[in-house]
Amino acid sequence: MIPELGQFALILGMLLAGLQAFFGIVGPALQRDRWMAAVTPAVSGQFVMVATSMGCLVASFVANDFSVAYVAENSNSSLPLFYRVAAVWGSHSGSLILWIFLLACWTLAAAVGTQRLPKAFAARVLGVLGLISFGFLLYTLATSNPFLRLDPPWPDGESLNPILQDPGLAGHPPVLYTGYVGLAVAFAFAGAAMLEGRLDKDWARWTRPWTTAAWAFLSCGIALGSWWAYYTLGWGGFWFWDPVENASFMPWLMATALIHSLAVTEKRGLFKSWTLLLAVLAFSLSLVGTFLVRSGVLVSVHSFAASPTRGTFILAFLIVMIGSALALYAWRAPLLKSDAGFELTARESFLLFNNILLVTACATVFAGTMAPLISSALNLGKLSVGPPYFNPTFLLSMLPLLALLPIGIHARWKRGNLSERTRPLILTVIAAAVIGCAIVFGLFTGGRVLSPVGVALGVWIILSSLIDPLDRLRRHITIPRAVLGMTLAHIGLGMFVISITSVEAFTAERDVALAQGETAQLGAYDFRFEGVQPVEGPNYSGVGGTVIVTRNGAPVGVMHPEKREYWVQHTVTTASSIKMYRTSNVLVALGQDLGDGRWSLRLQVRPLVSFIWLAAFIMAAGGMLGISDRRYRLQRAEAPAIAPVAAITRSEPG
Amino acid sequence: MSRLRFILPLLLFALLVAVFAIGIRESPDKDLIPSPLIGKPAPDFSLPNLTDPAQRVSSTQLRGHWYLLNVWGTWCGSCRMEHSMLLRIKQSGLIPLVGLDWKDDRDDALSFLKQEGDPYATIAVDRDGSEAIMWGVYGAPETFLVNPQGIVIYKYIGPITEQAWTQQILPRLPMNQTAAAGASS
Amino acid sequence: MPLRTASLFMAAIMAALLLGTSVAYAIAPEQMPTPQLETRYLALIQGFRCMQCQDESLADSPVNLAADMRRQIRDMLLAGKTDQQIRDFMVSRYGYFILFKPPFVLKTAWLWLTPGVLLLVGVLVALRVIRQRAALAATDLEDNDLTDA
Repeated sequence: MIPELGQFALILGMLLAGLQAFFGIVGPALQRDRWMAAVTPAVSGQFVMVATSMGCLVASFVANDFSVAYVAENSNSSLPLFYRVAAVWGSHSGSLILWIFLLACWTLAAAVGTQRLPKAFAARVLGVLGLISFGFLLYTLATSNPFLRLDPPWPDGESLNPILQDPGLAGHPPVLYTGYVGLAVAFAFAGAAMLEGRLDKDWARWTRPWTTAAWAFLSCGIALGSWWAYYTLGWGGFWFWDPVENASFMPWLMATALIHSLAVTEKRGLFKSWTLLLAVLAFSLSLVGTFLVRSGVLVSVHSFAASPTRGTFILAFLIVMIGSALALYAWRAPLLKSDAGFELTARESFLLFNNILLVTACATVFAGTMAPLISSALNLGKLSVGPPYFNPTFLLSMLPLLALLPIGIHARWKRGNLSERTRPLILTVIAAAVIGCAIVFGLFTGGRVLSPVGVALGVWIILSSLIDPLDRLRRHITIPRAVLGMTLAHIGLGMFVISITSVEAFTAERDVALAQGETAQLGAYDFRFEGVQPVEGPNYSGVGGTVIVTRNGAPVGVMHPEKREYWVQHTVTTASSIKMYRTSNVLVALGQDLGDGRWSLRLQVRPLVSFIWLAAFIMAAGGMLGISDRRYRLQRAEAPAIAPVAAITRSEPG
Repeated sequence: MSRLRFILPLLLFALLVAVFAIGIRESPDKDLIPSPLIGKPAPDFSLPNLTDPAQRVSSTQLRGHWYLLNVWGTWCGSCRMEHSMLLRIKQSGLIPLVGLDWKDDRDDALSFLKQEGDPYATIAVDRDGSEAIMWGVYGAPETFLVNPQGIVIYKYIGPITEQAWTQQILPRLPMNQTAAAGASS
Repeated sequence: MPLRTASLFMAAIMAALLLGTSVAYAIAPEQMPTPQLETRYLALIQGFRCMQCQDESLADSPVNLAADMRRQIRDMLLAGKTDQQIRDFMVSRYGYFILFKPPFVLKTAWLWLTPGVLLLVGVLVALRVIRQRAALAATDLEDNDLTDA
């Protein structure tokens, strides 16, 4: 009964999304006020239906209803309740329902948030969002319905893939998807502006908070995913440049570019068509990512079960959504002109370079991700593209970006006059270089040529970001939250650069074979193996090792790496043990039984690795702080309740 | 010219769609990695014979004949799937099958062949898997077609099907042998 | 779903899971006689792709074939082969697909040139835009009173 209700709600949700799209897009075009007025109720209805459907799927999992094929394939009665809920998005169909549900949440938020914007514009935004919802609901119902029944029902389910049975998995897809899907709002704002044929500074100000919010979620989602990979996949890597990771990283890079270009469009009314394009591309990349992950065209560690039918359907959807958006762009963008000027060293120039570099980085990742596909499509042979390609090519555009940032944040709009900040800038760059070299050459030995550069750049970004807030503090000038948010995000980036550099340069790693009582050394750390004993979990059994770790004789801790066998799937997984000591992560993983009481173990010490994720959360927090700036709230309240569709360019709001 | 700038994204997207479409069409085959050995001399080898470990099977013995080198193992389920097809190939008498028993247990292999029938003219043993690496094997079963000059002509990945035999392997054999196949069927 | 071992008709493996089937990973305590060889060995096995896995290196893959290939590489290192000779050998058996770092050859030149060319084009476009805008700024004498962020 419950699954049928869920499916019925899904169908109703699709119909309502269709109405939302129709009234939202056709209503303003024909200037039918009553049609436009129908959009918001359609949004609410769609939300209720999709939420009901999501609830029904969760309920089926919680109730262990193994007559539902999707539940039977992804859950099991021995699975703890927490993972039964997380199993909802453990596989293709359910994760689509989550995607749709989150889109419905964003749509509802957009409906509330655009209430005070011109009616026609708001209707168009919701209309475009309705079109996306409709497409995804149709896709789910046509190819990936999670509510299909089994006849006869299975006595028990196949259970969830053991590596997904982890708090990190329960958490990371919802956050990541919230970010992915949130970019749909920026896309919808762009769509609405193009349908209207109008784009001004107000538009940029309306779009900014939505973009930043989605970007913040995406940052957290990527960080959580990377953290999860770090400790569950067992070998201590945190980023593999795998197609699925790239699929989330490309929209992030594009969204980062968009946030910065929106700033220029809002302040100066410049880069309008470029901003528009970025807004379209950011969400398009998240759709393309969905395609890459679910169509089975690429080989990935994390890819979903794929089929060509699903791939064909998403491709058709991509053509409709992205194709029409880009066609609209080709038609409308030439109308957007601006005659504002700026000088070479003005902030606009720096942000322009920021955009060029971020988009180049994104295109590089895209080229690498697509290379196997392109190469076989052009009959150039099969290729693998891994970190040895991505690392240097990505740095090619990232290093200049990091070097320009500390200067760019001090540039003024329009007029390029850096002289008042020259002194602090020079001081900070010297300090950064000294600190960078001191850390790299003083605390560690070894390291690569780029490590002092990386650390110095990171330090410089942090110091330089602090100049302005400290200056304002000293002069008792209030710091707007937008500035505070930006500062925080940039400090996060600086931390990120420092920690990535140190991890890349100073990770120590060894695979050893130890018998009980033997000790292995790794840098200043000693690992004493105390043997293994059996362990029992709720749905697995296995062995757990005990390793006593000391650093220069001082105790670090006792670590318990495990090797588990999950009963239902007979899958063996490695649960490595990770301990943070000072600022380093010590990781011990248990390998094979080599006989005679000897076991193989992987030992790893990664300095500052936790700071990579912490830095990502700081960046996200900076974004959220920026959104809370009163400018966005005030202006929204100020906007006229009714505005004609025709272009009105309001005067510069300070 | 200036308008072209705005149409460019759409054009690039059209190209991307074309690549995706080809990708979807080819996705079922994306795990089939073409062998770089094709058109090149097959690796030289001299390995123990499965049935009589004192004897050796070597590439020099095989020179001068067409043969199919079939990589298999009793642990490999897909190899069992293709076994009946291998027996039919043997029956056709068109080309000898040379087995490469990959990382297998000798007793398992012998009892399996006794039970299911032995399609092979001769079987070489690759106990530790190093010979398979020489041939670029990355799964079982895999089958290599080698000509009398010792050049690898073709590699088939996965269990040989009737279709693979008639459409991929037979047409690559020299005319007189295929003509014989036509006459016999 | 049982952990699949070396066998496989590759298409079958694609059918099932969200994440790759190889969950446990390789921990290879094989010691090389000298630290230099050890470093080279680790770098080499991280640069090759496991042919049976979804997207893992030989260093991380638990499957038997990967272990065999690691042994092959170790033997070649001990026999005094250079890194390049080992890479060439692997490529001659498995093709460029086995390298995580695509080689720079005619067929892959586009991939390696893309980032640089894009960057160059981007910078040239940016400079052109800035030149145009700077000319506009020069004629627009009104000073700015814009706040930050």
